[in-house]
Amino acid sequence: MGTGSGKLKKVSLNVPVTTEQLKDIEIGDIVYLNGVVYTAREGVYKRVLEGGESLPEGLAEISNANFHCSPAAARREDGHFDIGAMTGTASFRFSKWLDQWFDVSGAKIIIGKGGMTSEDYRNFFVPHGAIYLTTVGYGTGALLGRGIRGIRDVHWFDELGIAQAMWMVEVENFGPFIADSDLAGNSLFERETAKVNKGLAKLYEGTRAPALHRFGETNDRNDEMI
Amino acid sequence: MIPITAVKQTALSLMDKAAIDIPDDYLNGLQKAADAEDGDLSSFVLHAMLENYQAAKEDRRAMCADTGVPRWYVKMGNEARVEGGPVALEEALRGATAEATDGVPLRPNRVHPLWRTDHNNNVGLNAPEIEYSFEPDGDWIDITTVHKGGLFGSDYRMLFPGDGIEGIKRFYLDCLVAFGKRGLACQPAIIGVGLGGSKDTTMVLGKQAACLRTVGDRNPDPKVAELEMELMELGNSIGMGAMGFVGKSMVIDCHVECGFCHTGGMPMSVHAFCLSSRRAVARVHADGRVEYRTDPNWFTPYMRRETVGWAPEAESLKKSV
Repeated sequence: MGTGSGKLKKVSLNVPVTTEQLKDIEIGDIVYLNGVVYTAREGVYKRVLEGGESLPEGLAEISNANFHCSPAAARREDGHFDIGAMTGTASFRFSKWLDQWFDVSGAKIIIGKGGMTSEDYRNFFVPHGAIYLTTVGYGTGALLGRGIRGIRDVHWFDELGIAQAMWMVEVENFGPFIADSDLAGNSLFERETAKVNKGLAKLYEGTRAPALHRFGETNDRNDEMI
Repeated sequence: MIPITAVKQTALSLMDKAAIDIPDDYLNGLQKAADAEDGDLSSFVLHAMLENYQAAKEDRRAMCADTGVPRWYVKMGNEARVEGGPVALEEALRGATAEATDGVPLRPNRVHPLWRTDHNNNVGLNAPEIEYSFEPDGDWIDITTVHKGGLFGSDYRMLFPGDGIEGIKRFYLDCLVAFGKRGLACQPAIIGVGLGGSKDTTMVLGKQAACLRTVGDRNPDPKVAELEMELMELGNSIGMGAMGFVGKSMVIDCHVECGFCHTGGMPMSVHAFCLSSRRAVARVHADGRVEYRTDPNWFTPYMRRETVGWAPEAESLKKSV
């Protein structure tokens, strides 16, 4: 990796991981994974958590790393799957399913784009001994693609399509990811945002609030917008 | 007559180039940002991205697996005739989108908004979009594909003349700060700003400004060009870098496009073209020759004309007075 990464700690983890193996991970660590990771997002969550369908047999023994992702992939005529690149999708949208998902899946690592709130970390991740890894960039899809060794299985391909199916992906030196949370529930994104926020008031000096407001700026629907 | 097979083959090749090869102008812009960035984490991210572009190119794989929502921009010379007419042209572009989705492969992102039906080929109702513009003279067509991400980084607002430049700056900062946190906008990005026009035109102009103008290009109106520079500096002074980490690289360039609007209003849109600024362009000539490039050259003097007719000599005379 190029310059500027010298001070950042690099960690390699074998999946499935134990909570014990996650205890030394600090927010801001650069993480690479080996083993199997699987994709699951709203399509899978709805089928399993709302539709009551069963997860693949022994999922947690194969992998406990859930990637919020859809691959750039295709099924070839001979039936084999071809994956070019993998990139995370924004995780905050999946918050409402996660508590139950940890119970059902035994996941210890969630990978995705942009992290979740530290409230989610404290409420859902900490009790389950899990951490969050964010993808980098975003869009180091080609680098992640290089870490793919094969497709172990694809579940619900016909029902959910390429983007929402559960892809079980064999990986080696799969990364980079950045640890956004630790086992205590701290968030790197929130730490950084707090630092950026300190400069905002000065930044906005000399700008003007618009004449016409809109809902969102007030949440009282009785208010006028002028 | 432009052979339709040349159109189809070119479109297929453009899909591949857009998904895999980062355009040079953006790459150079990002390289400069990476050299200047001193935030630890931001710097790590930018260097990882530079490495990623290289990996994509070497392996011929998509640079980002969210391959966006592929779309087309077609500019036709006034004398251009495509074999089979516009219907054949659109079929070729839709066909190339579907074939490349399977071939590269791309992610089939396009689904019905309510039923979530996925044709697994990025083709469906009103998808991919095909926008047209025209050019005097010329028997060629320019075909551009843009694969822009579809979820974060764009917003629209009706401002009024009284809101002034200070109002423009406020809304611009609001968009960058809101979508920049946690890096949802996938910055540093080329930011496009649409000012004026009807509301739909405001959105279109801003998006085209982000996706169809290259890094370093300036609006020919010197005052608008000045505003572009000012907005770029403003964005880079937020104190935020890649992924919303502390840093100073937020905006690789800022492009502003204007359109005449209602006398009482000043509608504005802001669009962020992400770290994977995917665009590829080719000119297909009447004899079937194809020239590839990365600058769409979409906003020509003809596109930006203000007069009823097109009389370039008269225009230049008027400006020199």
